[in-house]
Amino acid sequence: MASDKVNDVSDADFASVTGSDTPTLVDFWAPWCGPCKAIGPVVEALADEYAGKVTIVKMNVDDNPETPGKFGIRAIPTLILFKSGEKVDQVTGAVGKAQLIELIEKAL
Amino acid sequence: MDKTHYNLIILGAGPAGLTAGLYAARARMDHLLIEKGAEGGQILLTDWIDNYPGFPDGISGFDLSEKMAAQAKRFELNSIFGNVLSMDLTQPVKRLVLEDGPDVTCDTLIICSGAHPRPLGIPGEKELTGKGVSYCATCDAPFYRNMHVAVVGGGNTAVQEAAHLTKFASKVTLIHRRDELRATKILQEKAFANPKLEFIWDSTATKISGTEGVEELSLLHRDGTESVLKVDGVFVLIGVLPNNEMLPLDLLKADDGGFIPTDLETRTAVPGVMAAGDIRSKEVRQVINAAGEGATAVLAAEHYLTNLS
Repeated sequence: MASDKVNDVSDADFASVTGSDTPTLVDFWAPWCGPCKAIGPVVEALADEYAGKVTIVKMNVDDNPETPGKFGIRAIPTLILFKSGEKVDQVTGAVGKAQLIELIEKAL
Repeated sequence: MDKTHYNLIILGAGPAGLTAGLYAARARMDHLLIEKGAEGGQILLTDWIDNYPGFPDGISGFDLSEKMAAQAKRFELNSIFGNVLSMDLTQPVKRLVLEDGPDVTCDTLIICSGAHPRPLGIPGEKELTGKGVSYCATCDAPFYRNMHVAVVGGGNTAVQEAAHLTKFASKVTLIHRRDELRATKILQEKAFANPKLEFIWDSTATKISGTEGVEELSLLHRDGTESVLKVDGVFVLIGVLPNNEMLPLDLLKADDGGFIPTDLETRTAVPGVMAAGDIRSKEVRQVINAAGEGATAVLAAEHYLTNLS
């Protein structure tokens, strides 16, 4: 997705962003990916609803090859939930809002 | 959203829904289009479209969806982002229940909810989705640079996307259950001439295995023998299933596959409810007929509303 409401994260600041005690949801996307665009409004809505409780960021996999490789990402959109630097769980594909809420709640 | 009743609601913003939106907006109908993701629907999964007239050099699915949306918006298309969970079509005023926000009602409804890729339904498929199993070559092909991938299917989508994958993968093996492709001839010609594309005929996929990611695809051949193909990815492109979970299927007299039958004017079994695009019960699912049905459906809706008043 390519929203302005959701901040970008890069290979360089990935560790510091996801290392936080506040759970962080990372949306791995690319500009050429239709389903990434499709899931965009859902991710934006969740960023509003969970503001202060969960940090939601996005990573462009074209610009940042290192992190997607590290997590074995072979499909986008993939959304991975982190807490204190550890991966909690992940989902792949343009899933619905309910499924993303279910993912996020695993860290709350 | 203060207003909750509309003369016309359009459900879905793929080619059928966006064309319906274009016609409804130009007719100055009191309308609302509801889309749960981004405009475009399944064409967002397609890397390149060469069979939609008006684009002599072809166009990407991404660009076509943006152009269709922009065209409808030029005429003040009224659209919202929302997920319809269920609906009541038993009354003249139809009621739609949204995941967020109040119910919305309408006099006429055009269902353009579309379809999604059909899974194989074999062991390992679900577990390895996103870890080598994919339903969108356009999205995921760049992750398979210099790797060997399998494509399961033999229709237009499978053959087109297999060719797209050869731009990245070192080898693409297409697995088809029959001994000839269903894909249109020009796609077949290109596929057979592609040195990176191999074919395994008369075979079905039975199991996908791997620990961290896809490693092997098990095959059953028509002569009863089995084999194992070492691959890094499996792209499943074997047709579609209807997006019908929000629809009253009995009332709409859905076919065995869950698609919605209509007459030639796209009218369903429920008065005032039309269906257009891939959700319709039909043989041919192309962008061009989805768009055509979207236009037909708005004219049918207008006709219904005229008789109502």
